[in-house]
Amino acid sequence: MTVTSSNKKSIFNRPEKPYVHPYFGGIVLGIVLFLAFFLTGNGLGSSGATSRIDAAIVDVVSPSHVDNTPYLLKMAGGDKNPLDDWIVPVFFGALFGGFASGFFNGRLKFMTTKGPNISNRTRWLMAFLGGVIFLYGARMARGCTSGQALSGGATLAAGSWAIMFAIFGGAYATAYFVRKFWL
Amino acid sequence: MNFPLPSLVTVSASNPWTYVLFAVIGFAFGFTLEMSGFGDSRKLAAQFYFTEMTVLKVMFTAITVAMVLLFGAVGLGILDFSQVWVNPTYLASGILGGLIMGVGFIVGGFCPTTSLASASTGKIDGMLFMFGGFVGAFLFGETEKYFDGWYTNAGYYGRLTLDQVFGIPVGAVVVIVILMALFMFWGGEQLERIFGKKDLSKEPKLRVAGAMTLFAAAVAVLAIGSPSLEDKYNKVEFTRTETIPQLNADPIVNTLTYTADEMLENRLVFITPAEAFKAKYNQAMNPVYLDVRSEADYNLYHIEDAVNVPLEHLTEVVPVLLSEPPANTVIILMSNDETAAISAWKTLVGSSVSNVYILEGGVNNWIAFFGKDDETLQSAPKPGDDQLGYIFPAALGSRYESCDPSPIEYEKLEFEAKIKLQLKRDKSGGGCG
Repeated sequence: MTVTSSNKKSIFNRPEKPYVHPYFGGIVLGIVLFLAFFLTGNGLGSSGATSRIDAAIVDVVSPSHVDNTPYLLKMAGGDKNPLDDWIVPVFFGALFGGFASGFFNGRLKFMTTKGPNISNRTRWLMAFLGGVIFLYGARMARGCTSGQALSGGATLAAGSWAIMFAIFGGAYATAYFVRKFWL
Repeated sequence: MNFPLPSLVTVSASNPWTYVLFAVIGFAFGFTLEMSGFGDSRKLAAQFYFTEMTVLKVMFTAITVAMVLLFGAVGLGILDFSQVWVNPTYLASGILGGLIMGVGFIVGGFCPTTSLASASTGKIDGMLFMFGGFVGAFLFGETEKYFDGWYTNAGYYGRLTLDQVFGIPVGAVVVIVILMALFMFWGGEQLERIFGKKDLSKEPKLRVAGAMTLFAAAVAVLAIGSPSLEDKYNKVEFTRTETIPQLNADPIVNTLTYTADEMLENRLVFITPAEAFKAKYNQAMNPVYLDVRSEADYNLYHIEDAVNVPLEHLTEVVPVLLSEPPANTVIILMSNDETAAISAWKTLVGSSVSNVYILEGGVNNWIAFFGKDDETLQSAPKPGDDQLGYIFPAALGSRYESCDPSPIEYEKLEFEAKIKLQLKRDKSGGGCG
């Protein structure tokens, strides 16, 4: 096993392989998405799991708060288990799948992916903030890039196409103002 | 065999295999995202500075491939589209949420699932995005009550697909989407050449063949078209169990499979007025009395709570029946006798509406059963088929006593229960929401 330089070294010392061609990745992803619909009638998603895990935590810490919050009530009210939903295994499956691909391709390593002109700390703060903003929007739109843009896009759901264009629109409109984080 | 598989449609802890399957789907999902480079925020952010269009390429290739396969399978009659989750359209909250997501995307450098692929491969920014996501989703849950009305109602159109929006065949939409995607791929590559200084001559030539294959497949989907209502009706299957009691032994339970026509021949979907009436007081089900007669007949006499949808307008309410009512809804169709109700039954069953039954003998039989003591109602001499068999002194609608029989007077009614409640997917349980 040859490792070219020390900063290329990954956990488990596997050689780092290049990413697949985007069109190939897209074809595989499209087949996975189709099989999900074909076998189960459901598409892909993940942001729903985030709020379900939140609801499960709130349900343990403060069950009375669930009873006073309509949004949580839908998932965790009464004897409902917020984790009893298809999207929760998809969420954990995706975590393991990402890990497995990182493992086989030698990309498991602790690092920060960022633009050349910002510090690690700024990047961490921005990643955290971005996560807060994105998931807030994702719950408002009832799904994220996976549950709406990908899954809804493939089933030709009208609202999902509107959301997809809104996501790209929002990102392109903001890109100029945050360019120093990336360029 | 019909897809999606009925045993996989209902996901619950009581059927652990569905969890395993969804975990495998999730695994493949995460694996694909990571191998496409989505664990690296720079690759994602580059999309919005035109230097690298990987996000657009992967996303639209995935959408178009899945779309062609999906509508191809639907057109060939292998996949039942009414059992496929289609995100309901909430235009207002969708667009505002989408814009917010866009801001989060470029600020944070990820979207939720790509942050999973990133976090699991040790990227610290991916982990922080993921944790930020938990905070954001929590904040939404806390603040949703301040705009609940807007969130649930603004721009709501239910299950709406693009072919319905534009009023063109679904195959045509598939072709248009593919053409649009191919144009975007071409444009994206030009942008990469200009802004990303990429040498396009090193790109694989195979991608042109791929584009042509995709286009050909879309044209094939258009040529196949959608299966007719009759084709879908002929594929519907029902299962019923029959129990044969045995002397000195456990009863034998047989599971029988019927086609839709056999269900009609064996009168398994006809329920007596007594059962139709008692359904109202059965906690397990939510009966909808669907009166398919003309508005004139409906105004003369109809059962309390019955909804009037004349047979010729029935197809207009099918999308609503598929998406709106709760899963334990039982639809009880009625006409004056049975003719119109039977053709309504065929339409609904062919459109994959579940739990549809017919009032045996129609409204005439209802009156004969519950209204036999009402002296204001006179039998009409020799009514034609599916005509009202009574003469009404006035168009009182549901204000005759027999329209809403007293639950106390009719507390004890004997009938053979024909309704077998079939709980398919909880319509609010699909999707991300």
